[in-house]
Amino acid sequence: MSRSFGPDSPETSREAEMEQQALRVTNLNKYFGGGFQYRKLVSWCLPVTANPPAVAHVLQDVSFEVGRGEVFGLIGANGSGKSTLVRVLSTLLLPDSGSVEVFGHDVVSAAGSVRALINRVSADPSFFRNMSAYENLLFFGRIYGLTPGEIRVLVPDVLRRLGFAEELAAEQMNHLSRGQQQKVAVARSFLTSPVMMLLDEPTTGLDPRSRRDVQRFIRDVQRDHDATILLTTHDMEEAEVLCDRISFIAGGRIVASGTPLALRERVARGRPVEEIDMEDVFMELTGHDLEEDEAPAEVAAHG
Amino acid sequence: MASFTNPMAAPRSSGPATLAWAFVERQTNLWKRYWAWELVWLVYGVVNTLAITFIAKEVEQAGIAGARDANDLVLFLLLGTLVWAYLSAVLDDISLVVTWERWEGTIEHTLMAPVPRWVHLVGMSVFGVLHAIVRTLLIFAIALPFFAVDFSQADWVAAAAVIAVGSLSIAGLGILAGVLPLLYPERGTQMSFMVQAVVLLISGVYYSVEVLPGWLQVFSYASPATYILDGIRGAIIGGDSVGEMAGTLGILALFGVLLVPFSVFVFAVAERWAKRTGKLKRQG
Ligand SMILES: Nc1ncnc2c1ncn2[C@@H]1O[C@H](COP(=O)(O)OP(=O)(O)OP(=O)(O)O)[C@@H](O)[C@H]1O
Ligand SMILES: [Mg+2]
Repeated sequence: MSRSFGPDSPETSREAEMEQQALRVTNLNKYFGGGFQYRKLVSWCLPVTANPPAVAHVLQDVSFEVGRGEVFGLIGANGSGKSTLVRVLSTLLLPDSGSVEVFGHDVVSAAGSVRALINRVSADPSFFRNMSAYENLLFFGRIYGLTPGEIRVLVPDVLRRLGFAEELAAEQMNHLSRGQQQKVAVARSFLTSPVMMLLDEPTTGLDPRSRRDVQRFIRDVQRDHDATILLTTHDMEEAEVLCDRISFIAGGRIVASGTPLALRERVARGRPVEEIDMEDVFMELTGHDLEEDEAPAEVAAHG
Repeated sequence: MASFTNPMAAPRSSGPATLAWAFVERQTNLWKRYWAWELVWLVYGVVNTLAITFIAKEVEQAGIAGARDANDLVLFLLLGTLVWAYLSAVLDDISLVVTWERWEGTIEHTLMAPVPRWVHLVGMSVFGVLHAIVRTLLIFAIALPFFAVDFSQADWVAAAAVIAVGSLSIAGLGILAGVLPLLYPERGTQMSFMVQAVVLLISGVYYSVEVLPGWLQVFSYASPATYILDGIRGAIIGGDSVGEMAGTLGILALFGVLLVPFSVFVFAVAERWAKRTGKLKRQG
């Protein structure tokens, strides 16, 4: 069979399309628990009394796509699976089935290429607490291939834009307040100019002013630099301010997706959309209160 | 000029050596902050070296051995404790690679960086070796004035060659021990200390392996530390040259060439497993 690779051939258009899709998640499933039962090995001397450990189905057939340059929000209650999803995208957890592609690179088979494109802010700042903020940034910049010279130039700029007093960079991490640490965490990830940013509750624990600093910074970076952002949050207001598109996640499933306006319209039933509170939209579409913790679905076993 | 956030910028291409060095630099920064612990280990190392080497003096005073034999024993024990100080420092530094980052809470951010795992582990090993050399030399310098030992016959070049070649296989052992905390977040660190204890027993640190029961001696020959101790004692007490030590060096090189890739491979398998089962980290 002969194939043509002209400009309009399906192959090239598929490639072009892949270029456009920053993130493509297809039927992603993740289970926790279960595992190997050591007791079975010694069943001849120890009775196997314990029930087999429960398996939790934490991500259930999750599929979505994020276009290049888009800010995509993922909203869900505690325990709904947001961080688990972010970890799969960060190559820190392996999916049990389904696939995830970041700019066409598979997170499992091409983890190295994916890592070079992404960075992440997690809810807890996670630094070497006895090193200074600057030493931390130096290390985390260098392992992304930046030279000390580049880091020296970039750090003051990023910190200034986050409203972080530059003198504080010499302070030991554990002498900084939680909000200041979180700003250093944001600086750490933007320092490496990721094409895709995974922000897992980046503003949790910040005071209103710092929260605005960080939100403005995220918006600026996204607007000026064509970065794609996936943001998880509990904060509806934050989601509305920052996100082009939102998905609600509940019990490990994506229950609804769309622009904030479209989501409002889905529950409007004739009411003016501006009057509808986003929290109510969440409640109606997911059947959950955002404030309510979730327990993952347990399944007896999985193969 | 470096410009902040140019998303589709050409991929940065720091070579493996530069990336590995970032880990050495980080460990050095951490080490400076934890200098009080370094002091503790130094004092412990000196005291341990003295305490064990004084046993030789006791042997002489109690009339168990003559002055000449006792002096040989001083050197035998002194070298044993110093080599062990070195080996255990290397093993500690490398095998704590996961534990340390878990404790600091940085493990996810380090493991998701675009650094091949072998480069990461090489960086940690290089630091471990440099760190151990500094610490051991300090212990040596402080402990030496307590004993009248004669180094006139020592072949220092051969001793350095043994340490250089032997460190490869010790790094491999350290990486293997470092896999345990990856597999067992709760008790893995304790397990890696037990690995270290077993190496101490079987490698003839304070005695020749010949004094061990036969079945234990079998394990002695599987421990690279046995050949390192043999080599160092041969070079410093016996004055063996590099040429005379070719056999020992060859065995050590073989251990290194096999153990390092094997341990990196095992680490990669364990990392994959931890990522499949969610053992890396859970909070957040
Ligand atoms: N490594 C793990 N091992 C076992 N269970 C896990 C692990 N990580 C997460 N879980 C479970 O998976 C479920 C989803 O957790 P996840 O952290 O993804 O929730 P989340 O949406 O990020 O919640 P939060 O808003 O509190 O951060 C929870 O029930 C949690 O207990
Ligand atoms: Mg979370």
